Amino acid sequence: MPDLSSALHLAASELTLAVGALVLLMVGAFIGDKSARLVSILSVLLLIAAAVIAFMGPWGVAFNGAYVADPLAIYGKSVIYLSAAVAIVLGDGWMKRTHIAKFEYPVLIVLASVGMGMMASSGDLISMYVGIELHSLALYVLAAFHRDDVKASEAGLKYFVLGALSSGLLLYGSSLIYGFAGSMRFEDIAAFAQNNPGPGLVFGLVFLICGLAFKVSAAPFHMWTPDVYEGAPTPVVALFATAPKVAAMVLIARALEGGFSEAHAQWSQVLVAISLLSFVVGAFGGLAQKDIQRLLAYSSIANIGYALLGIAAGTSEGLQAMLMFMTLYVIDQLGFFAILLSLSKSGRPIRRIADLAGLKKDRPVTAVALTILSLSVLGMPPFSGFWGKYYVFGAAADAGLWPVAAAGLVASVVAAFYYLRIIKLMWFDAPLDEIATDKASPETSLIGWACAAFAFPLVIVGLTWLEPLTKVASAGFGNG
Amino acid sequence: MDIGLIHYLSVAAILFTIGVFGIFVNRKNVIIILMSIELILLAVNINFVAFSTYLNDISGQIMAMFVLTVAAAEAAVGLAILVTFFRNRGDIAVDDASVMKG
Repeated sequence: MPDLSSALHLAASELTLAVGALVLLMVGAFIGDKSARLVSILSVLLLIAAAVIAFMGPWGVAFNGAYVADPLAIYGKSVIYLSAAVAIVLGDGWMKRTHIAKFEYPVLIVLASVGMGMMASSGDLISMYVGIELHSLALYVLAAFHRDDVKASEAGLKYFVLGALSSGLLLYGSSLIYGFAGSMRFEDIAAFAQNNPGPGLVFGLVFLICGLAFKVSAAPFHMWTPDVYEGAPTPVVALFATAPKVAAMVLIARALEGGFSEAHAQWSQVLVAISLLSFVVGAFGGLAQKDIQRLLAYSSIANIGYALLGIAAGTSEGLQAMLMFMTLYVIDQLGFFAILLSLSKSGRPIRRIADLAGLKKDRPVTAVALTILSLSVLGMPPFSGFWGKYYVFGAAADAGLWPVAAAGLVASVVAAFYYLRIIKLMWFDAPLDEIATDKASPETSLIGWACAAFAFPLVIVGLTWLEPLTKVASAGFGNG
Repeated sequence: MDIGLIHYLSVAAILFTIGVFGIFVNRKNVIIILMSIELILLAVNINFVAFSTYLNDISGQIMAMFVLTVAAAEAAVGLAILVTFFRNRGDIAVDDASVMKG
């Protein structure tokens, strides 16, 4: 039983963020909206500091098992905090250009990061619920951040209603699990499930999975995703597509493999069904889309299906594959959104896919970067997306799920159509009009190019350090 | 007749179902959706407290306190988003939330 100071030491990254967010809120409240730039810079530094603290910090279990700082949590948190920091950088300039620059944007992201860190570290049902709500409440507000915009407030409302419903499902599942297993802690639940996973426990488990599937936007709980991706401000969507997804995937791994390791047969069927549905919805739903962000929403549904497949395998390799996949996917998505944010025509952001036609003429470097990222997301070797899928399908096939892995391959061939259409539009079609794209802001272009450069060729080097890191993260799971 | 665990669980299950139906069947008003969400959370609280007493374990009641607190925060955020929606649209009917298809 560790004492308080060592417990606080374990949770140092969340504490830093929580205290930092309050200080930043004070700074903003006293200086006003002029401080948006200053608060953004400080928030980015705070998030980077939190990532370093988490990465360097000790391993262990604190607060009576409610908080777990094992390698899985630490790896997850580093990815979450860094991608949240990139989302702030992307948002800062964009908010200013759209005249909605407010200091609350970075502060809300920091607050959401506290919740996402809690999700990655949760060791019992209480800290899981508190983590989920901490990040959800901040994200609801962020979705409706552009409050004079009809679409943004509608997106916020839909996200709120469906998010609250999913929290309700998750809680109902938790209450049943608590009642039938007799404890909130994942460890005790696992010990109980070993002897007899009765119908009550399985019932609760299904509710829990439904609630978590909502949060990662896996089909059939994906209905909020396209609307929120279309309506919410683009930098906010860049955040939605990255950090919360990683946090929720780590949480799913922790709840299912930590709390129900012996009931693997029950939950892996549910996860396989969810991933199969996500493949189908993501691949076919994306075909008819005209709006780029709606397209990316369907793309994210399909990709979450692949990541869930890694968890469904139930092995340490599956967990490692999921972490690799999510990391590479997050980098691809940040690049995609950074490029999307850097493109505008006569002051209006580009929203329709058709507007990308003839991009090679006035923005050749960006067109190359977008081509690399599209090829990567569709899983073309040797781009980074291919390696993520390679690990996931390999782990799934090893665990005997090769028919599902084959279905995933077919789905990624179908989905390849819409990425290839983007590439064809950019390189071979004539532009719709003679208006050239506006001069891009340097930070969005740079981040977009950097992510594309990582997707290929830097990924070959990146894999050599990502592979051992994720191996440690998945092997050290639970041995906090 | 003794009121036992099973009675509490039944009441909670009924309330939960009413809440879920309230979200999906209701086509009129977003405020009713907020009420349904509250109903779901309270049903869960009944579950937690009933289990807590039955198991003689305090953590269920602690969870109920957390749920109550979060429910209050959630209602505040939900109403704030609803106000911005009302300002933009001048109405809060559920069918109006359809600028984006889906």
